[in-house]
Amino acid sequence: MKEYFRFLWRCFRLSLVGDWRYMTWMTVLTVISLLGLNAYAKQFVLGLATTGMTDQVSWGMYIANFTFLVGMAAAAVMLVIPVYVYRNRELHDLVIFGELLAVASICMCLAFIVVDMGRPDRMLHLFERFHFPVSILTWDVIVLNGYLLLNLHICGYLIYCKYRKRTPSRSFYIPFVFLAIVWAISIHTVTAFLYVGLGGRPFWNSAIIAPRFLASAFAAGPAFLILALGVIDRFTRYEVPARAMDTLRRIVTVSLIINLFMLGSEVFTELYADSAHSVSLKYLLFGLHGYDALVPWIWTAIVLESLALLCFLTPLGHQRTAMMIACTAIVFGIWVEKGMGLIIPAFVPSPLGEVVEYVPTLNEALVCFGIWAFGLLLFTIFVRITIPVLSGRLTFDREYDPNEDLEPAAAASETLSGQAARG
Amino acid sequence: MSQTQSNASRMDGPGYSRRSFLRNGVAMAGGMAAFVAALRPLAELGEGALPSMDEFLQKHYKEMNEQEMQAALARIEAKVKERWDVDAEVRDVRPRDGVEFVYALNLSRCIGCRKCVHACVAENNQSRAPEIQYIRVLEMPTGTLDIEQGDHDYDHPTVPDAGHYYMPIQCHQCADPPCTKVCPVEATWTEDDGITVVDYDWCIGCRYCEAACPYFARRFNFAEPEIAAEELNTQMSYLSNRPRSKGVMEKCTFCLHRTREGRQPACLEVCPVGARQFGNVRDPESSVSQILETKRVFVLKEDVGTLPRFFYYFDERYPRSGETAVEEG
Repeated sequence: MKEYFRFLWRCFRLSLVGDWRYMTWMTVLTVISLLGLNAYAKQFVLGLATTGMTDQVSWGMYIANFTFLVGMAAAAVMLVIPVYVYRNRELHDLVIFGELLAVASICMCLAFIVVDMGRPDRMLHLFERFHFPVSILTWDVIVLNGYLLLNLHICGYLIYCKYRKRTPSRSFYIPFVFLAIVWAISIHTVTAFLYVGLGGRPFWNSAIIAPRFLASAFAAGPAFLILALGVIDRFTRYEVPARAMDTLRRIVTVSLIINLFMLGSEVFTELYADSAHSVSLKYLLFGLHGYDALVPWIWTAIVLESLALLCFLTPLGHQRTAMMIACTAIVFGIWVEKGMGLIIPAFVPSPLGEVVEYVPTLNEALVCFGIWAFGLLLFTIFVRITIPVLSGRLTFDREYDPNEDLEPAAAASETLSGQAARG
Repeated sequence: MSQTQSNASRMDGPGYSRRSFLRNGVAMAGGMAAFVAALRPLAELGEGALPSMDEFLQKHYKEMNEQEMQAALARIEAKVKERWDVDAEVRDVRPRDGVEFVYALNLSRCIGCRKCVHACVAENNQSRAPEIQYIRVLEMPTGTLDIEQGDHDYDHPTVPDAGHYYMPIQCHQCADPPCTKVCPVEATWTEDDGITVVDYDWCIGCRYCEAACPYFARRFNFAEPEIAAEELNTQMSYLSNRPRSKGVMEKCTFCLHRTREGRQPACLEVCPVGARQFGNVRDPESSVSQILETKRVFVLKEDVGTLPRFFYYFDERYPRSGETAVEEG
């Protein structure tokens, strides 16, 4: 136990050291997080009136980001399946990065839920009168926190074993890995059911939402992971196997095709029948009575996703830079499609046919940026700690030299500047 | 990196030079200062903005015993006194046995004067700024029942306007309400007399119920509600018109503090044309029972299946009994 606390302490210290790029990145994220915290403090004092939400559009960017991030948490499982189900050992270490992303994503999800609450001080009421199983929101509380614990356990255990130079005991993590696979699917399904179960919102009341959630999640999550691994590969000594990137790229391609297919099915069903139920979709795609705030966003998303798919289907997709750009396009496209594109149109028009548009306020946007920055901060720290442990340069009996972690050239320049400062 | 230098820099553990340790120390101090500065807006939290220990520990409405309820009511009265310097009487009015309330609204009579809207606000202590109203009156073009064609913001010097009829919409007190189902903490439920209520001291403000409601019946306190002291209705009840705090949901309660004691709801009382009828549907002699039996009534959005207790009807043109019988076929 004492050794474990020493491990945590060393992790904490390790998170504070790095080269200038790491320090700049961390400082920028910290500053944005604090700006977000400041904006939230204002919201806490003045109420949700500081947001752009109204009685008509009662959920906004907070819930949109929450929904998207539940999807991001899927990245882990898409690496876990090849490794543990198809025994693709090469990807073994990468699973941990996926799971760390899941942990960071779920932390962001929970933060977005808390900032969306009118009375966060009453959170404990959940424990006192938990409306389970009737309220789907209680299911979401269980699956999200459960998923967080599962992933914390799996990657925490594997990293700590590596640190202690022990062989992980299979019975202590393999069952949890398989549970996590099922669980990852459940977090999407339950989150989709939050919306799908509302009969009064025809835009959501469609059976295809849950499958679409999974497809878009399995595209956006691994796409984000490709970006993260690209950065790790470029700026640290950790070498990401090319096959890993290739596996992820194929997962993204297939998921994206399925996602666009289901989007098309939904659009066709709604628009061809042209029933009164399709007004929300019309608002999203074409605008309604001159209100068209979402139109440029959704079309940008659709175009970006289609271009990224084209890129992945051609030889261009094998080129590292093109792949990175395509992945950025996918993450952004799905953020729009599954975030604001899924949440806001359900409220426009209101159940009584009133069209009230939603525009987030600056304060609300700052809170969102703050949570994103905080999540990225967490993920960066996790990766910062994990890389030396995984490569065996930080173990319980070996002190870690941060300079080892840099590119040889960067290490040399760091030494030079250090000498100059001393001289 | 030269060996001597790296040895020299390993004063407090290999890999962490004294210089970087100092630098980190300064950065940490700066970080803490920035953290405190970021939280500065919290200093503007007014007195009573955070719950007191008693309020924090207050139980769910259904779990409070008589004594705890009396303490809670006294606490609310004290808060009203403190904030508005007004003596309010806050009670816990329970449903009566054998009663199920139903509303019936005569669309042939309603003239769209919105007096019900304002009587409701005055009776139920809704926030005046930001403005919260439980009743929405739609101005409908004749020839359709499609509420999406209704005008929410009509503004004429006099009503009714030719070519239109008017449809007031408020909480339909559904028998199968989607709003209570979704609440994660059971802060909202349907009482034995069919009225769906909110425990304002239990609501966590997630607004899931507002998303679930097909009738736009729920209202959220996005800011601290403001009401002038002289406009406060001092006859209050726990589950209906007592003051709400920011961050909680509220809704029409069929004026349960009045109706459970045999009075009519405020919206009905003020209606100048008698378009509104309210009563106990389990009493076959009540006006609503008569209407349900004899009029051609309908409910809004019957397809969503929430079984509203709020019915609309049109007066018939002439008594059916006076018609000339025509042979079928």
